Amino acid sequence: MPHVENVVLCRESQVSTLQSLFGERHHFSFPSIFIYGHTASGKTYVTQTLLKTLELPHVFVNCVECFTLRLLLEQILNRLNYLSSSEDGCSTQITCDTFNDFVRLFKQITKAKSLKDQTVYIVLDKAEYLRDMEANILPGFLRLQELTDRNVTVIFLSEIIWEKFRPNTGCFEPFVLYFPDYSIGNLQKILSHDHPPEYSADFYAAYINILLGVFYTVCRDLKELRHLAVLNFPKYCEPVVKGEAGERDTRKLWRNIEPHLKKAMQTVYLREISSSQWEKLQKDDTDPGQLEGLSAYTHVELPYYSKFILIAAYLASYNPSRTDKRFFLKHHGKIKKTNFLKKHEKTSNHLLGPKLFPLDRLLAILYSIVDSRVAPTANIFSQITSLVTLQLLTLVGHDDQLDGPKYKCTVSLDFIRAIARTVNFDIIKYLYDFL
Amino acid sequence: MATSSVSKGCFVFKPNFKKRKISVPIEEYFNEGKNESEDSKLRFETYQMIWQQMKSETEQMQEELNKNLFDSLIKFLQKSHSGFQKNSRDWGCQIKLREIPTAALILGVNVTDHEFTFRSLTEAVQNNVTPYVVSLQARDCPDMKHFLQKLFSQLMDCRVDVESKEEEKDIQKKTHCSMDSLSSWYMNVTQTDPGKPRKKRTSSQWPSPPVVLILKDMESFTTKVLQDFIIISSQHLHEFPLILIFGIATSPVIIHRLLPHAVSSMLCIEIFQSLSCKEHLTTVIDKLLLTTQFPFKLSEKVLQILTSIFLYYDFSIQNFIKGLQLSLLEHFYSQPLSVLCCNLPEAKRRIHFLSDNQCENIRRLASFRRYVEKQATEKQVALLTNERFLKEETQSLLESLHVYHTNYFLVLRCLHQFTSSLPKYPLGRQIRELYCTCLEKNIWDSEEYASALQLLRMLAKDELMTILQKCFSVLKSSSEKHLGSTEKRIEELLAQLQSLDAEVKEEEDASGSQSKGLQKTDLYHLQKSLLEMKELRRTGKKQTKFEVLREKVVNFIDCLVREYLLPPETQPLHEVVYFTAAHTLHEHLNAAPRMALHTALNNPYYYLKNEALKSEEGCIPNVAPDICIAYKLHLECSRLINLVDWSEAFATVVTAAEKTDANSITSEERNDIIHARFIRAVSELELLGFVKPTKQKTDHVARLTWGGC
Repeated sequence: MPHVENVVLCRESQVSTLQSLFGERHHFSFPSIFIYGHTASGKTYVTQTLLKTLELPHVFVNCVECFTLRLLLEQILNRLNYLSSSEDGCSTQITCDTFNDFVRLFKQITKAKSLKDQTVYIVLDKAEYLRDMEANILPGFLRLQELTDRNVTVIFLSEIIWEKFRPNTGCFEPFVLYFPDYSIGNLQKILSHDHPPEYSADFYAAYINILLGVFYTVCRDLKELRHLAVLNFPKYCEPVVKGEAGERDTRKLWRNIEPHLKKAMQTVYLREISSSQWEKLQKDDTDPGQLEGLSAYTHVELPYYSKFILIAAYLASYNPSRTDKRFFLKHHGKIKKTNFLKKHEKTSNHLLGPKLFPLDRLLAILYSIVDSRVAPTANIFSQITSLVTLQLLTLVGHDDQLDGPKYKCTVSLDFIRAIARTVNFDIIKYLYDFL
Repeated sequence: MATSSVSKGCFVFKPNFKKRKISVPIEEYFNEGKNESEDSKLRFETYQMIWQQMKSETEQMQEELNKNLFDSLIKFLQKSHSGFQKNSRDWGCQIKLREIPTAALILGVNVTDHEFTFRSLTEAVQNNVTPYVVSLQARDCPDMKHFLQKLFSQLMDCRVDVESKEEEKDIQKKTHCSMDSLSSWYMNVTQTDPGKPRKKRTSSQWPSPPVVLILKDMESFTTKVLQDFIIISSQHLHEFPLILIFGIATSPVIIHRLLPHAVSSMLCIEIFQSLSCKEHLTTVIDKLLLTTQFPFKLSEKVLQILTSIFLYYDFSIQNFIKGLQLSLLEHFYSQPLSVLCCNLPEAKRRIHFLSDNQCENIRRLASFRRYVEKQATEKQVALLTNERFLKEETQSLLESLHVYHTNYFLVLRCLHQFTSSLPKYPLGRQIRELYCTCLEKNIWDSEEYASALQLLRMLAKDELMTILQKCFSVLKSSSEKHLGSTEKRIEELLAQLQSLDAEVKEEEDASGSQSKGLQKTDLYHLQKSLLEMKELRRTGKKQTKFEVLREKVVNFIDCLVREYLLPPETQPLHEVVYFTAAHTLHEHLNAAPRMALHTALNNPYYYLKNEALKSEEGCIPNVAPDICIAYKLHLECSRLINLVDWSEAFATVVTAAEKTDANSITSEERNDIIHARFIRAVSELELLGFVKPTKQKTDHVARLTWGGC
């Protein structure tokens, strides 16, 4: 098959393994094949093109879409049905709720002439989602050939290694095939493959070379790299279009594009600004620094008491409760400072993360840090709840509302310092870690 | 309720709706326990009218405020799927990742206001972009299944033609909602539709209008649902043109927190920021309160309560307006003379029909009595005895009140122009702060005012000119010309300042050091220059012409303030339009459930109004309800309460009350009853969340509140 080699690059060994596994059309193949590898290592693409070019009867199902068992099974059956009855065109919706039904219906469908005497392939993409479904699904699919007594092969595609799948009750072991990451040479080859028709392949390959030089250290995702290549290509061509440089003038082109790509790494790649905004910026030739990215908007405006509630929650989360007396009581008696300051916990509370605290402690701290008298009004309580919905606090173990709910503060130190600054509250002075 | 059944069990009784339907018309509530003569019905109608006006005004205002945001959002929506429409065969478009266009809409933390924004946004999008607008809330979508079901059913409702709806409902039931069925449904709809004549909705000019999905509260969505949905829909994007709108209350960083890079790289996110709610509040106050359009006014305390609830607690415009409505209602309900709180001609007409009772009410007004005392003796007598004369006088007083308000707001705005640019804002940055101070007292008596004037005396010429120009335009904008002379005066001052130009230049050459003090600087430098200037003056240096003029301007605004910004209490009949019952409002809007509960249990007389329950502070009335006794006793305990001791104490208190009729029942029986009562009281306290059983110590319960003794 010289055909396949032209469309599938750098995956020769995997393709030949698969081809030999598949064998002739009427041969029984291995019951289940497990293919894994990193994101964008060509698992889906290779399987799909192979099955298509070889014109094997197959069903391709993405497990993310089928979030219930029923959806998954029905989709497989319906597509199979469609395959087998493509001549007559009539197709009725099959309903199928359990794996048992599935096996029965599967047998019925594969009786059809068009599917008889050849291997039927079921490809389950994103197979890791199968683990969250009923426990019998994965073992069932693994030995589907045996269960249905039909010539069928199930191919699983996943980013996770097989060991993480293996159910503890044991199961049929599939044939495991690993797709290694593309090397830089491979990436170069694949990316250069789809060059625009207006420019020569060499010109585009030079561009890809520069692009990889910048991005290879942070990103090896082929899809992402392709996207970036397309996004930034117009900028690269700019001198050529303007007539300032020839296609062979690589040095000049490099000097033009390199700072631009670095900027792209900080913005578009991180999705700080969207690709369409980036394209627009390129067209208008403005400085991307002017456009504020997503993380520039960290400021959150809160009502006055909400700020204090949040500060109190932060203090309650990061200070051990026995230190409250020292921080919030005016006359905390004669606690010897040196004695007290001896830290029992060697690690800082900020490294351990926020701790639980009951509502009453939050309120007690709140009353002592707000200058004016705060009444425990309904508004205060509703503020606490709305902070929870804003995900600035989290309610932990909410089964016992009457018994004093417990919270955790989820904001970062920088955030709370910014908040505290707006109300002139020196939060560092109140944090045990910074004593 | 009784049943004919012999067996024990649960029986369902359907409430008899017909019986309950005897409802009181709302206006009847207004004259509850009051004389018919106090125009309660008219008052209610006036209230409704004014509220309707205010409501439509706010709605219109909100629409205007949102206009900018919506326009840019709609532009984004329109262009975001243009690639899809063109079906381009461009080299780039084929290779590039298909990203889902996403608008991150930052709305601020006032979640209660979002509903309104989303409603008008949906309307705007439906009118301009696509009929398919769906909005989802996190609580409807705990998992993928519900998410898609909701999406599906709402999309069906978006369809214009009703006939096909029924069939679709069936389809929906049969096929499990999956993205596959969704996109095939979409194909069906968009392909068959152009054939059929479309009803209304001229908006969908495109063959395939995009589907806009609004996620109202982005923060509350679970990561998994959102992630899976985005992965799925990005795979179907070529047949199902989806656009997402994230409603974000905090900051867009939440997107990165919720979604991993692999998922967020499927989105093409643009940020849209809505107006800050503080600015929103300023406009609301400006349009509803700082105007003579509505006769109703708030007193300083009430305004303070409303703004502080806004700024301290919730940032919610919706709640602020609700508070305003409540004060309006309360005013018309509690003040009989509020019948005159309407526009001037109507009020004048109404005065003629005032009953004797109402006239008496006018005479009883404190402000009116003060006014009468100032009049000559004959007039006093006439005012107090002659109804007709009183009515005429009231008319003129109302008119002068109206004039007072007109001038008041104009001068207030002018003063705000002067003070809003001063360093450190001695009189507040917002006009509402200035308004509050002016309402409260004579502003010119305050220290802040003095310091503001001091600072005004240091303004540079160009600043002074721009301020004067702004004042001029403020005065010009008003239709009523009570301050006509002032307008002219400002014009004169402006002209004088301009003519100074040439002279000033010469002056500057002569004394370069002088101009230093006139520049806008920070407070420290200002004080320094102040001192310098004082010294200069002491040494007898002559003032420049500009300084003379500036002094004139400052004196001029000072005079204006002293003449027109009198607090409303000084005006006769101000009670008619000013709502002053701040306490009621506070009670209603800032409820304290814990405090109320404590009061009810600690001092049952407060709510029950039973004379027997009246007691001195600290002691327990033995006739009080059991739960109150138990509560009071538990206040004296520490964190763990011994149940036996508690029960003993309870029995002692209770038996003290029942000593007299104790003979009728045997003591054993009585003890049992007391024991039962105690147990019930404790379990009630447990239900209210004051105590809970604990395993730390046997026969003990833990207190869940602190303080008390």
